[in-house]
Amino acid sequence: MDNELYQAVLLQHSKQPRNFGPLEHATHAADGHNALCGDEISVALRLEGDTVAEAKFTGSACAICTASASIMTGEVKGLTCAAAQALAGNFRLLLKDGAGPDLPKKLEVLSGVHQFPQRVKCAALPWETLLSAMKNPVA
Amino acid sequence: MALNISSIREQFPFLKETVNGQPLIYLDNAASAQKPSRVISRMSRFMESEYANVHRGIHLLSERATAAYEHARTSVAKLLNATREEEVIFTRGTTEAVNLVANTWGRENIRSGDTILLTEMEHHSNLLPWLKLAGDVGAKVEFVPVLENGASLDLESARRLLATGPKLFAFVHIPNTLGLENPVADLCRWAAESGTTTFVDGAQSVGHQPVDVQKLGCDFLACSSHKMCGPSGIGALWGRHELLAAMPPWQYGGEMVDRAYYDKPATFREPPARFEAGTPPILEAAGWAEAIAFLNDTGLDAVREHSVSLANLAAGRLREIEGLRVFGPEIRQSGIVAFSIEGVHAHDVAFFANERGLALRAGHHCAQPLMRKLGSISSSRASFYLYNEPADIDALVGILHEAVAFFR
Repeated sequence: MDNELYQAVLLQHSKQPRNFGPLEHATHAADGHNALCGDEISVALRLEGDTVAEAKFTGSACAICTASASIMTGEVKGLTCAAAQALAGNFRLLLKDGAGPDLPKKLEVLSGVHQFPQRVKCAALPWETLLSAMKNPVA
Repeated sequence: MALNISSIREQFPFLKETVNGQPLIYLDNAASAQKPSRVISRMSRFMESEYANVHRGIHLLSERATAAYEHARTSVAKLLNATREEEVIFTRGTTEAVNLVANTWGRENIRSGDTILLTEMEHHSNLLPWLKLAGDVGAKVEFVPVLENGASLDLESARRLLATGPKLFAFVHIPNTLGLENPVADLCRWAAESGTTTFVDGAQSVGHQPVDVQKLGCDFLACSSHKMCGPSGIGALWGRHELLAAMPPWQYGGEMVDRAYYDKPATFREPPARFEAGTPPILEAAGWAEAIAFLNDTGLDAVREHSVSLANLAAGRLREIEGLRVFGPEIRQSGIVAFSIEGVHAHDVAFFANERGLALRAGHHCAQPLMRKLGSISSSRASFYLYNEPADIDALVGILHEAVAFFR
């Protein structure tokens, strides 16, 4: 039941999220929200040239969304924007089918989400917000 | 008289459903209510032997369908204690009724510089149509505030704002989040002193307690069938006849027209036909009438008493959970209990509860500005109706304890 979705690692990420908090000297940022359940999340990035040097998030969201953001911000650090976009695409496949190509091990804790269609948008929200943030320089 | 709960529960087939092998417990009544057997069988019977279009055919089935449709209008008129049946206009639901008034009465009567008064506790359906109207005609919108934790409407502010003579005061009878009942009769009396027209959103009150438009003293009231054991897809606007008679049509087409021409303006029928363009929700009307008969037989005073006492019982026990906050007044005035739990997101609570057979609502409950003001973008809601029982609350409390241990 719950354990298929809320694996221990995932719960750990939701209770003590990594990279949670405001990012000083952010160069790019975006807000995302899920109108259905009320998840609200903001992703802030510091890009150095074309590389994600730092990524942090803030907001109020459910366990799935929070854990997804926690893992995501760790995984995209050091990637080029193009690589982060490609990873986002593969992650979307994981949410849809339960598997995707070239996915880092850490993202696999979210592989159970595809069995619960009403939770897919929770896990996807941080990544959608990341994609918006990369296109949105901080004024 | 108290309700005979076991006899009522036997009349609701959905209670036989299970989730993961456990009995289904339904606490999402504020979103929509379940249907008793007699409504379901009434609708089947209607389709089998009474169905055709209404007000058109000269044939037997059309006569039967028309009789059933107009019987539903009579049932709603009696339920609300309308003075005339023609004051009941069938709509798709409460939302469409608000849009109807905003687009007809509103566009005829609200001018640039006028004020529309709302409250901070409105559902999006009684907020967005008025904001759109105000934006289009250049009217001002003001809000009666809610008090701390949503305990009550700020009645002093309401009285003061009403004394300034807004053109319209549109407000909710029973909000879908706070577990309170607004003093509609007082509010309408204050509004009348300033010549302010009143619109009451009765979606959560009609069918859950006696609602008498004469006693309330409002000018318009809207309600929905699906919140009161009837089918979805039908609701009603009740309005004072002189107001309805002066309103222009909203949607155009068959049934609402008196004389139509190629080369000169059409003339339109009197209310209610003027506002019921096209084929109406005929089957749904037959079902709604049966739901009203069911509730009348059960007794609306007893239904209210039952739901409110369950909500009080639930609120008391939920408050014992550490970090749990119940919105609204200390003592419940309706069957609704919305709450948030520190460290546990509402969406996880609802998912966790569903795995255990319990249907809860999570989210902003279509009242985003209110939830933002209360400092909780996402909350959980348990709402009670006539087929719920104290054992449902035991299950709710047990599941919440489990959820807190799991997620926190």
